[in-house]
Formats: sequence, structure tokens, C-alpha cells
Amino acid sequence: MAHDAASHGGTGNTELVRVATSEHRLARYGLIGLALCFVGLFLVLPLAAVFTEAMRNGPGEFFTVLSDPETFSAIRLTLIVAGIAVPLNLVFGIAAAWAIAKFEFKGKAFLTTLIDLPFSVSPVISGMVFILLFGSHSLIGPWLQSHGIQILFAVPGIVLATVFVTFPFVARELIPLMQEQGTSDEEAALSLGASGWQTFWYVTLPNIKWGLLYGVLLCNARAMGEFGAVSVVSGHIRGLTNTMPLQVEILYNEYNFVAAFAVATLLALLALVTLVLKSLLEMKYSEQIAASRRH
Amino acid sequence: MTARTASLWQFRQPSVIPGFGLALGVTLSWLILIILIPLSGLAWRSSALGWPTFWALATDQRTVNALRISFGTAFAAALVNVVFGVILAWVLVRYRFPGKRVIDAMVDLPFALPTAVAGIALTTLYAPNGWIGSLLAPLGIKIAFTPIGIVFALIFVGLPFVVRTVQPIMEEIDKEVEEAAATLGANRFQTIRRVLLPGLAPAVLTGFALAFARGVGEYGSVIFIAGNLPYISEIAPLLIVIRLEEFNYPAATAIAAVMLVISFAMLLIINTIQAWSRRRYGYGA
Repeated sequence: MAHDAASHGGTGNTELVRVATSEHRLARYGLIGLALCFVGLFLVLPLAAVFTEAMRNGPGEFFTVLSDPETFSAIRLTLIVAGIAVPLNLVFGIAAAWAIAKFEFKGKAFLTTLIDLPFSVSPVISGMVFILLFGSHSLIGPWLQSHGIQILFAVPGIVLATVFVTFPFVARELIPLMQEQGTSDEEAALSLGASGWQTFWYVTLPNIKWGLLYGVLLCNARAMGEFGAVSVVSGHIRGLTNTMPLQVEILYNEYNFVAAFAVATLLALLALVTLVLKSLLEMKYSEQIAASRRH
Repeated sequence: MTARTASLWQFRQPSVIPGFGLALGVTLSWLILIILIPLSGLAWRSSALGWPTFWALATDQRTVNALRISFGTAFAAALVNVVFGVILAWVLVRYRFPGKRVIDAMVDLPFALPTAVAGIALTTLYAPNGWIGSLLAPLGIKIAFTPIGIVFALIFVGLPFVVRTVQPIMEEIDKEVEEAAATLGANRFQTIRRVLLPGLAPAVLTGFALAFARGVGEYGSVIFIAGNLPYISEIAPLLIVIRLEEFNYPAATAIAAVMLVISFAMLLIINTIQAWSRRRYGYGA
């Protein structure tokens, strides 16, 4: 950023005599204009559309939709699912990062690739694998049925699909960060007599806390917003197995556009809060967020 | 226990840091339970179909069309994203303008905004009676409910992958390289084309591959804007959902298996590009 100031418009001269390592002023404005148009068309307008369409019939109808019991149960289910899936993947992420970043062992690269696997699987397939696993045609399906255990078209299935989809988020954030930090801090703590858990709580965790928060933030956004995987396993039972994104779909397909967009507003607000927190973390703790720019 | 494994076949290098067994144990059990068992179930189901059945299902005309639409639109969207993603990354890294920080943060919107919300918002914009669609309709241009609509949704979904892959590499570019090119008599366009862009190529390729891979599997943002006409604007993930709803598990399995094989091939290509660029340029994308 500092060299920007020096090369563009830092002094009056640069406007008259162009620095050889910057573009012509017109090219610069052209590119900025092009980029802004693209961002406006593909990012800002869709976001604006969500809020405008939700308020189309005034705030009265907006709040009526939001106080509907069905909306309420969708919000509740979304919170429950994220509340289970995120902590599970948080524990997994820390364990995976500890094993991969602090130790050298055979097959480490392969393990890292396996952890990234859910990113290259279509959300629909992520949901479908659980249908094949627990459905009535599967090996354990009949056993589950005879014991009255409901996994598909119920909360457990939705949680499983969400865990699958959000599996890599925390680990992916922590692995490069902990690799960068190395093991010398932990070695010092251990040599001073700290136990393994003490070392983790008082040395490692403070070192990685912002990176961890960053990973949790992204994991949570995806967990609350997941659509494809959850849609396949949920069965779309109104008031029971509909998460907020599914509720949006149902309302939209019923041509109840204002209601669909009203629920969508909540999800869009969640996205905005996520983006703001993410930017704040990147600004304040950039040195502690390793992969912030390397998704 | 870990000490014994180490002495037996040097599974890991010795270390004073504790907790290897526990951490790896938790990691492996979670990985096997949540990811590997469900995915191998899919592999097992598709192999149980037998090759002739699998081939017949995979080459069914509707399936072939759906796969072609998914891969074709994802490819087109990734191409658009490469062009605008590189421009956007360049503008964010090199120029100063009001609102730059906001634009930078907005680039991640597709990561944060649930796909279903993106889908209905884009449909509202580009439907024939929508904000932008109504301006284009008199010109005879139709975006929503055609394959172009799918491309638009996938542009939205894939944009951050290109920007966020290219941006850090652009930030690392040494200004001296450009100065050297300029002193040797290259004009600005030549410097960018012959000096800067080749160095960015691995990152651009990785970004392209990531956006493409994401686009192929994308479901939520596409189904609202696609129109979902079989053979014309029906994507492969939607066809899987339709087959599942018909309880036609063999057909769904076959489509999923084809998609997974191609996606894993993509993953392999990405890793190869990254390894190659690390060797050649000293940094990964």
C-alpha cells in the first residue's frame, strides 16, 4: 500500500510525468471503472435486491413474516445445526492442525489432501452419500428403522450433512498458521516444566486464537447457509426439518416472494456480519491469520 | 506408543511435543467417520452396479446433457472470472480509490452469502421482469431461465476463488522486476504482458481450476435462475436430486460417480500446478 502512495498521486509530479512502473492515468481509471462495474453488477446489486424485495410491501409485512412460527422454527433449527456442527469441526480442526503442523510423519501430504476433500465434492453429493448410507436400501437402514432411529429427514441427518460440508474450514485455517509458528514456543514451555495440556492452553491457544476465530467464522457462515447437502437429507418437512435456506426455497417456489426475501434478509445480514468481522480480523491481526488471503 | 511406532518403521520423526497420538487419533477417526465411510459407500454402490449398467446410466442422453451443461457453464463462468478476477485483483493491489476497502471485503460475499439467497437475488435481477432483465428484454436478450443464467450464477459463486488466489501473489511481485523491464525499454503494456502475467500464470490457473470445480458442483444458486428444462438448462446436481426423489438410486449414483471422478482429476491437476509453480517460482498459489 505504501508504494501506491509513492507512485500514484503522492506528489504533483507523478500526474505530469508518469512513473514507468504505473499505467497511464486513463488506463488506470478504465480498469478501476471496469472492476467497480463488475463488482456492482455481480455483488452489490444482488445484495441490494434481497433487502429491497423484502421491503417491497413495507416493513409491516416484513415483520409479520419474521414472526411466523414456521420462520421461527427454521431459525431455531439453523442455530441448533450450526451449534452442533461448528464445535465438532472446531475440535477436529485443532486436532488435525496439531498433528499436521507440529509433527513430521509419513503420509502427511495425503492426509492434508483428504481433509480438503469435501471442498471438491458437490453439496448435493455430500448429502446423497448419507442417503446411500442410512436409507432404507442400505445395509444399516433396516436395522435403524427397526430400532426407531431416525437419521434421514430428521435433525441428525441435517447435522451430519452440515458437518461433512464444513469439515475442512477450521483445519485449513489453522494448519498453515501453526506451520508458520513452528514448535519453538511449545518446546520452551515444555522444557520449563509445563505439561502438554498447559502448553496447549497457555502457549499454543493464545498464539492461534485469532486464526481460530477466523476459521470458526467461515465455518459458521457455511454451516448456517448450506443448502444443497441439507436439502437432499432434510425431507423438507415444514416447521420440523426446514433450515432457513430451505425455508427461503419453499417460500420462493410458492411465489411468496416477499416472505422468501424476508427470511433471506436474515441470512444476508449474517453474511454481512461475517464479512465485517472477517475484515476486522484481517486488519487487526493479519500476522496471526495465516491463510486469510489463501483460500 | 508413539515412541514404539517411531522405532519400528520411522512412521514419524521424533519430537518432544506431546499429543501426537491423541491428535492424529481424533483426526483420523473423524475423517474416516464423516468423510471416508460415506464417500466409500458411494464408490461401493457404483461399483456394485456393474460396468454395463453403469455405462448405460452414465451415457443416458439426459445425464450426458446435464453433465455437459454443468461442465460447460462452469468452464465459461471460470473464464469470465479469470478475466475480471485478475483485473479486480490488480485494481485492489495496485490502485488507490475511495471505497477500496469495502470492495475488497465485498469480494468475499459469495463465500458468506448462502447460495439459496444468491440464487433468488440473481433471479430477481435477471428475470425478464426483473431489475436488469426488464432492460434487456426489449433487446431480445434473455438471461434468466437459460444456460446464460447458469453462467451468471456461477460467475457470482466463483469470483472470490480467482481474486483470492491471484491477489496474494500479485502483492508479492517485486517492483524491481518492473523497473528493470522499464529501464530495458519495455513499455507498460509489454511489461505487464511479458513480465508480470507469466509470473501470475500458475495462480491464475489455480484460481480458474478452483472456480471451475466449485461451479461444476454448485446447486443452490443455480436452480432458481436456470429454468431447469431437461436437456437444455438442467444441471447435473439437480438431475441427481431428481433421481433421488424418484428413488432411482442407481442413476443418481452413476451421475455422482462421474462427477466425483472428474472433480478428483481436477483436484489432482490443481495440486500438480501448485507443486510445479513452487518448484519454478518458489511460491505456491
